[in-house]
Amino acid sequence: MRAGRSIIAALAALLLSLPLFAQAEGEGSVEGAEAPALDMQEYIFGHIGDAYEWHITTINGKHISIPLPCIVVDNGVHIFSSEKLSHGAAHEGYRIASKGEAHEGKLVRASDGSRPFDISITKNVCGLLIDSLLLIVLILACARWYRRHDYLKEAPRGIAGLLEPVIVMIENDVIKEAVGPEYKKFSPYLLTAFFFILINNLMGILPVFPGGANITGNIAVTMAMALFTFLAVNLFGNKHYWKDILWPDVPIFLKAIPLMPVIEIIGMFTKPFSLMIRLFANIMAGHIMLLSTIAIVFLTVKLGPAVNGSLSFMAVIIGVFLDVLELLVAFLQAYVFTMLSSVFIGLAHQHPETETN
Amino acid sequence: MSLITPDFGLLFWMVLIFGAVFFILAKFGFPVITKAVQKRSDHIEESLRMAEKARASIDDAIRQREQMLEETRSEQDKMLKEASRTREAILGDAREKAQAEAAEMIRNARAEIAAEKEFAMQEIRSEVSALSVAVAEKVVREKLESTPEQQALLQRYAEEARQAELN
Repeated sequence: MRAGRSIIAALAALLLSLPLFAQAEGEGSVEGAEAPALDMQEYIFGHIGDAYEWHITTINGKHISIPLPCIVVDNGVHIFSSEKLSHGAAHEGYRIASKGEAHEGKLVRASDGSRPFDISITKNVCGLLIDSLLLIVLILACARWYRRHDYLKEAPRGIAGLLEPVIVMIENDVIKEAVGPEYKKFSPYLLTAFFFILINNLMGILPVFPGGANITGNIAVTMAMALFTFLAVNLFGNKHYWKDILWPDVPIFLKAIPLMPVIEIIGMFTKPFSLMIRLFANIMAGHIMLLSTIAIVFLTVKLGPAVNGSLSFMAVIIGVFLDVLELLVAFLQAYVFTMLSSVFIGLAHQHPETETN
Repeated sequence: MSLITPDFGLLFWMVLIFGAVFFILAKFGFPVITKAVQKRSDHIEESLRMAEKARASIDDAIRQREQMLEETRSEQDKMLKEASRTREAILGDAREKAQAEAAEMIRNARAEIAAEKEFAMQEIRSEVSALSVAVAEKVVREKLESTPEQQALLQRYAEEARQAELN
């Protein structure tokens, strides 16, 4: 408690003194070189959006970023570093569209600004690769423990001890409950989905390099996840499931004009669609909330050191709170996605005789 | 707008990467873990059931032992009782036999005494008769010595007596 208080006091002192330095520096500089106003849109969208390079930080106006490979399939495969495209430069007939163009921030043909077939390793793809590798290493290390040890006589330790309770919880409380007797077939997919989302959520909270990519808050990623769930539901749905969609137990006039079947078919797509939007919106909103809170520090510089210091202090306190909340959300969204996927799969495997109970 | 329009490149990589992750984890990761956990929980359940069974059999054994002890105790009691009864019987028999023997001995002794007494009486009787004969002889010899006939008679008697003695 005492240590906590002194940490907060030190933080407050540090933050309160920061604007003083800033101002002293400002006074020394030439007139009119007032710190440029923070472009909130660019600031936030730059952080949550995708990019062709992995921007780490900017020191004295110099961008420090990791260049990533651009891959374009357009009359042959073009592979080049994103460094070549920095500051609007064109390379091999491609450039990054500037502000106000149709495909702003995307790789376009230098000639007419149209999009080629672009499968570049962007920041999110790179993040996905890192996180996936991490996930594979973690899970295989856990599996290795079971291969190497007599798990009937030893309690799991290390990585197995960490992951086993989570795996057991997800499998027993979520998958087995929601999917029903055929859960064994779907459990690897659902567990993979859970851990995949969880690790990407957690890495997204991490502010520096291996983390910090807004992966699960990107709609393409959640769309792919939803697509996999859609396939898992519809490829393995049983006869009863299809009958319920195409010829449900409703009065005949609702089926003669195929009103109910149409609604049910729309339902087939809205279920994964809701999964896509839920995960995307939750994670993106969390990132925006955190970024906005931190932006308070920079936005209030103009209001003088006292206001800036006190508001920065509040912003950091709220930021800590939000970060902890994001940890919860990271787990919760992975859990919810897995649970709803399990429920949808379970609905496709109902048997009429169990339904009546 | 780019926020809510999925980028094709990212979608392509995402499907590829997730597919690969899913393939690897579904083949080498999760089934190993879930199977192991399942096996262990089965093993624990089995162990619990066996422990329950073992406890039941121990309980059974204890009950059996107690029953056996009880039986042994009652058997012992019975044997002790039997032994004491036998002892009583043997003692009784011995006493009876001893009494009978004693009675027999007493009877024998009595008979002997009676015989002895008879014998003594006989002796006394013969002594007395011999004495009386001697006395009578003396008396008779005083009176009859003078006459020859009487001498002859005496002679004869003496002879008879000798004859009798010889026989």
